[in-house]
Amino acid sequence: MHEIVSKEILTDDVYRLRVRAPLIAEERRPGQFVIVQLEEEYGERIPLTIADADSREGTITLIFQAVGKTTHQLGDLKVGESIQSILGPLGKPTHIEKFGTVVCVGGGIGTAPLHPIVQGMKAAGNRLIVILGARTQKLIILEREMRALADEFILCTDDGSAGRKGLVTDPLKEICGRTPKPDLAVAIGPPIMMKFCAEATRPFGVPTVVSLNTIMVDGTGMCGGCRVTVGKKTQFVCVDGPEFDGHQVDFDNMMKRLKAYKSHEDEAHHKCHMETQADLLKEGRA
Amino acid sequence: MSHLSSPNLRQQAIDLLKDLDPRQATLKAKDRIRIPAQDMPTQDPAIRRRNIQEVAEGYFPEQARVEAMRCLQCRNAPCVEGCPVRIDIPGFIRAIAENNFAGAVEIIRRNSLLPAVCGRVCPQETQCQAECTVGKSLKDINQAVMIGRLERFVADWEREQHGVRLPPIKPDTGRKVAVIGSGPASITVAADVRREGHAVTVFEAFHRPGGVLLYGIPEFRLPKKIVEMEINALKTMGVEIRTNFVVGRTRKLMDLMVKDGYDAVFVGTGAGLPKFMNIEGENLVGVFSANEYLTRANLMRAYAVGQADTPIFRGRRVAVLGGGNVAMDSARTAVRLGAEEVHLIYRRTEVEMPARVEEVAHAKEEGVIFHFLENAQRILGNDYGVVTSIECLRYELGAPDESGRRRPVELKGSEFILPMDAVIVAIGNESNPLIRQTTDGLKTNKWGNIVVDDTGKTSIDRVYAGGDIVLGAATVILAMGEGRRAAASINAQLAASP
Repeated sequence: MHEIVSKEILTDDVYRLRVRAPLIAEERRPGQFVIVQLEEEYGERIPLTIADADSREGTITLIFQAVGKTTHQLGDLKVGESIQSILGPLGKPTHIEKFGTVVCVGGGIGTAPLHPIVQGMKAAGNRLIVILGARTQKLIILEREMRALADEFILCTDDGSAGRKGLVTDPLKEICGRTPKPDLAVAIGPPIMMKFCAEATRPFGVPTVVSLNTIMVDGTGMCGGCRVTVGKKTQFVCVDGPEFDGHQVDFDNMMKRLKAYKSHEDEAHHKCHMETQADLLKEGRA
Repeated sequence: MSHLSSPNLRQQAIDLLKDLDPRQATLKAKDRIRIPAQDMPTQDPAIRRRNIQEVAEGYFPEQARVEAMRCLQCRNAPCVEGCPVRIDIPGFIRAIAENNFAGAVEIIRRNSLLPAVCGRVCPQETQCQAECTVGKSLKDINQAVMIGRLERFVADWEREQHGVRLPPIKPDTGRKVAVIGSGPASITVAADVRREGHAVTVFEAFHRPGGVLLYGIPEFRLPKKIVEMEINALKTMGVEIRTNFVVGRTRKLMDLMVKDGYDAVFVGTGAGLPKFMNIEGENLVGVFSANEYLTRANLMRAYAVGQADTPIFRGRRVAVLGGGNVAMDSARTAVRLGAEEVHLIYRRTEVEMPARVEEVAHAKEEGVIFHFLENAQRILGNDYGVVTSIECLRYELGAPDESGRRRPVELKGSEFILPMDAVIVAIGNESNPLIRQTTDGLKTNKWGNIVVDDTGKTSIDRVYAGGDIVLGAATVILAMGEGRRAAASINAQLAASP
């Protein structure tokens, strides 16, 4: 059982939970993730990225968006309540060394897994350019934390409500065009964003790491549900990744695979939503 | 095979027993050979296609005794030679014939820890029953003494009488042993090491222990309550079980010894990395490894629609690629999840199929459509990246290959299309890379299997391994045999180093 130590709502449907998990807090490295299961009888297992950890306190920080049944239930948990099982840390840690200049791009909720990578890259002595993007101002997360770590910080929103108006790929291209060009790019966000970031850096020959979040059951290599095509080869996100060469990933196939259970999820979430409504009605609150 | 109702089978056995029992002592070999083999009572195929309860219901006591009387008690006991853990088969069968079921279990338990499991899932027709003199005399392996069914019968009888019996445990030694994984090899090691008075912790990555017995083999072939009882027996013996703990990541293997003070480690992590065919279209939506499909259905209970949160893809026309037990399990699971047509595609013939004969028969009864000498060479999809069909090729059998089986040779130009909306790839497993990747100095072979010496010890001192992570994908009984050997080595090591 993993007790929730603190809880914050970062923005619409985006939560930050600090959860007791001492072993994971001790072993985790940037780039790794956990599998969370709310209850072991019929609950599903979902992969979530680790946004931060405190090994002295024995906690890890999870940032997630409530999109399906399980993430909504997770968002409803209160401080003092517990998550039944958390498995991890999973996946290969990020390869961190002193590259020189590293440009890190975070889109929406993808900023959460980017955070420990930025911390790690900073500690290794890299010059850091951080680009954060979101649809609109209020969907931006971890801006304060990222500003504190970045040597150069760029904010973009699709609607221009904060920072530059436009997509993260615009400043990314500009930065890649500089002399000297950056030594490495790291892009984490929605698949479509990662795809276009990889396309943006490709002409400049800037190596680009992306971190994939696919459908998983076990997270230890056993099921192969997370598989993606990377450079024409099948790779498992859970044991071969989650980070891959963005120039080699078949994003189109990955996006299709992510929708495999869409209709089922909509149904489950709808049902869950209806039950909540019914409960509220019963309590005379609706 | 027509379906005989259970009361019918029982009545037949009662009648036979009335005749046989009084003259048991004087039965000659030729009399015994004439006793008809006892059919396994099963759920009616039409009914079981829509439920997940166990298909084979187990012998009635009268059937078990009649079946046991078929045994010739051969002095050279060829069946024992065929058993990987050398159970005294004539011995336990004689006890059953004499109506001494407790005695029979006791004999089996000298060599096997999991008779209720092995009686259900062992490939008896290629092991003990393959060597049976009765089957050979009748020139039909399916007429051999049904050793597996008898093993299952007495194991179930024992469990129903007084639960799983616990072995005596020696006083605490103050030593502790880590067991990684909780499948058949690990269960065996945990029990055998704990018996000697050492503390044992089992580390399991999933949220529930049991390994392949739980996530892989479906309820309709191995009820989960049997696995749970075996696990509970370990707990009662004082074995600690830590779930949601993946050694290599949550803790490095060496740290278990260096930081946590374990005196020895057993690696029984199994063959958990699915093989794919490496054909076009394999990453389309609707293509699954058998591991994923079965894990969703079994461990995550996706069959409980409306109750389980884990979704499962419901194909109307499902293709299963492969011919082993896992392929049968997948096909029969798809039937139970409501598929209209389930096609099993295997590139050799039925004779070469590695699945247990009983599973193949059950799959046929449940309406699985078998395609022999055919294989998928492409999976085709629509604009949404979802499977629409598979392209197959026909084969013929050529000269035998190194495994002794005739090699399938493709017939050029024989391509044809089968419309499908789901494809399950069940062509085996490779070794899981996690422990190997995170443990320096652990020697593995070119397939990634851990290399052990003949005591089960790996290249690292005090680290042992067994089961599928050593053997490649094999059987429950072999895993158990390996576990026995490693446990004996661990116990000897601990005894020798006070």
